[in-house]
Amino acid sequence: MSFLQVNGIDVRYGDVQVIFELSLRVEEGEVVSIIGGNGAGKSTLLKTLSGLLEPSTGEILFEGRPIHGSPPEVIVERGIIHVPEGRRLFSLMSVRDNLIVGAYNSRADKAREETLEEVYRLFPRLRERESQMAMTLSGGEQQMVAIARGLMAKPKLLMLDEPSLGLAPILIKMIFDTVRTIAQQGTTVLLVEQDVKHSLGLSDRGYVLEHGRIVLEGPARDLLNDPHIKTAYLGM
Amino acid sequence: MIYLLEDTINGILMGSIYGLTALGLTVIFGVLKVINFAHGSLLMVAMYVTYWTVQMSGIHPYLSLVVVVPVMFVFGYYLQDIVIKPIFKAEKEVREPITVIIVTTGVWYILDNLTLLIFGPQYRNLQDNALRGKMFVLGDMLISVPKFWGFVTALVTAGLLYWFLQRTRIGRAIRATSLDREASSLMGISPYKVYNLAFGIGTATAGVAAVTLIPFYNVFPTVGVLFDIKGFIIVVLGGLGSIGGALLGGIIIGLIESVGPQFMAATWTEAIVYALFLVFLFLKPSGLFGVKYDW
Repeated sequence: MSFLQVNGIDVRYGDVQVIFELSLRVEEGEVVSIIGGNGAGKSTLLKTLSGLLEPSTGEILFEGRPIHGSPPEVIVERGIIHVPEGRRLFSLMSVRDNLIVGAYNSRADKAREETLEEVYRLFPRLRERESQMAMTLSGGEQQMVAIARGLMAKPKLLMLDEPSLGLAPILIKMIFDTVRTIAQQGTTVLLVEQDVKHSLGLSDRGYVLEHGRIVLEGPARDLLNDPHIKTAYLGM
Repeated sequence: MIYLLEDTINGILMGSIYGLTALGLTVIFGVLKVINFAHGSLLMVAMYVTYWTVQMSGIHPYLSLVVVVPVMFVFGYYLQDIVIKPIFKAEKEVREPITVIIVTTGVWYILDNLTLLIFGPQYRNLQDNALRGKMFVLGDMLISVPKFWGFVTALVTAGLLYWFLQRTRIGRAIRATSLDREASSLMGISPYKVYNLAFGIGTATAGVAAVTLIPFYNVFPTVGVLFDIKGFIIVVLGGLGSIGGALLGGIIIGLIESVGPQFMAATWTEAIVYALFLVFLFLKPSGLFGVKYDW
């Protein structure tokens, strides 16, 4: 039994079906990338895993127990943390309060102060900015807060939705380095990205999502050399 | 001149009580994003609870806070949980569901008419309570004692509420939900539980307001309507969702009402209040302390 196991889910918004019979698995300690273009269903998939959406068929198992149909707060409590696309910070709250809210779930709340220290060590910049309102930060800093807020929740599985979106190349590199550090410290990471080269570069395995279906999967290194990926995603 | 000062002071005192009545409205709006049309009725219910508590036990009106605040918190909490939440769930995709506003209007009518049915239309007041009719004499000025304590209570309540929202785990969860419902549920915060809490807290502050009013104000089934309309104007002046704004908005209304009659017929002051309301809607719809949100 895998750490996270998705078996044949369909997801729809009303009448529009976005994900078709999708199955995937994530093992404990792995970094797995899901790549695909705009509208492929990547964000929808993560929203379904975090409980914001419910699959119409199929099942999602985490540590062997079903989570589909549970509300987000229950899934967070189980240890799946979703860092949403576009950061979604609490704009009028301070950086520190954003981070503290991240540790709302009962598992994380107990260790709040220690986790905050760890997170500040990972992102020293945020300690300098801790009393600033989140909306006054630069895009890169906001993404740091978003990831840090996810870490505050003590994730067993951290799901990142396009952390590199809209950032300058130097910041993209910095964000991916951070993701690598987080993974090396033992957190399982599910990474959704359009930046195929960087994300597969640090992943163990990858899935390619097109039009709501998995069209390709395998070890990240093989995917990077795959001719379809080279032409469609890497422009080579 | 001395009368002007006296009216200014009394206006500020009464205005802060208006602000206190509007505090719950602004909290509930800030979190649920719906105007609670039943807020005046909740204040009315709280006034009856206070009235009967004091009447039957004979305690000092302010001591009734220990009964009124928890009773009103529970009342608001379950009103939201049982009556309003199902509508929110049915309209999950809508950010500011209008049907909820209609439901709160229904709650308003039901509460007012139930009260009429049970207690009848007569005005009641606590004739011999410790504060009724008491005045401070300040030189040539007379300052109302119950309004002074109302002013103190309003400041303390607003301060405590602000502290609670800024510094506690639940308070932060409430603020996070008011800023981004979906993101806060990804933090493990149940929005419906936060709605219940916000509604309970908003109703409890109406309870505090009721306690400050009871020593000098009549209780009757439609008393809430007077404060309802003032409450809406106050929160628009102050900025929806802002605690300090609610107090300041209340004080502005209180000043117009008490200083205005020095210069014009008292009926004009009402017109000025509404004119100010319109001016704000035209020029600064977000109010004095309101923040323009970009969702």
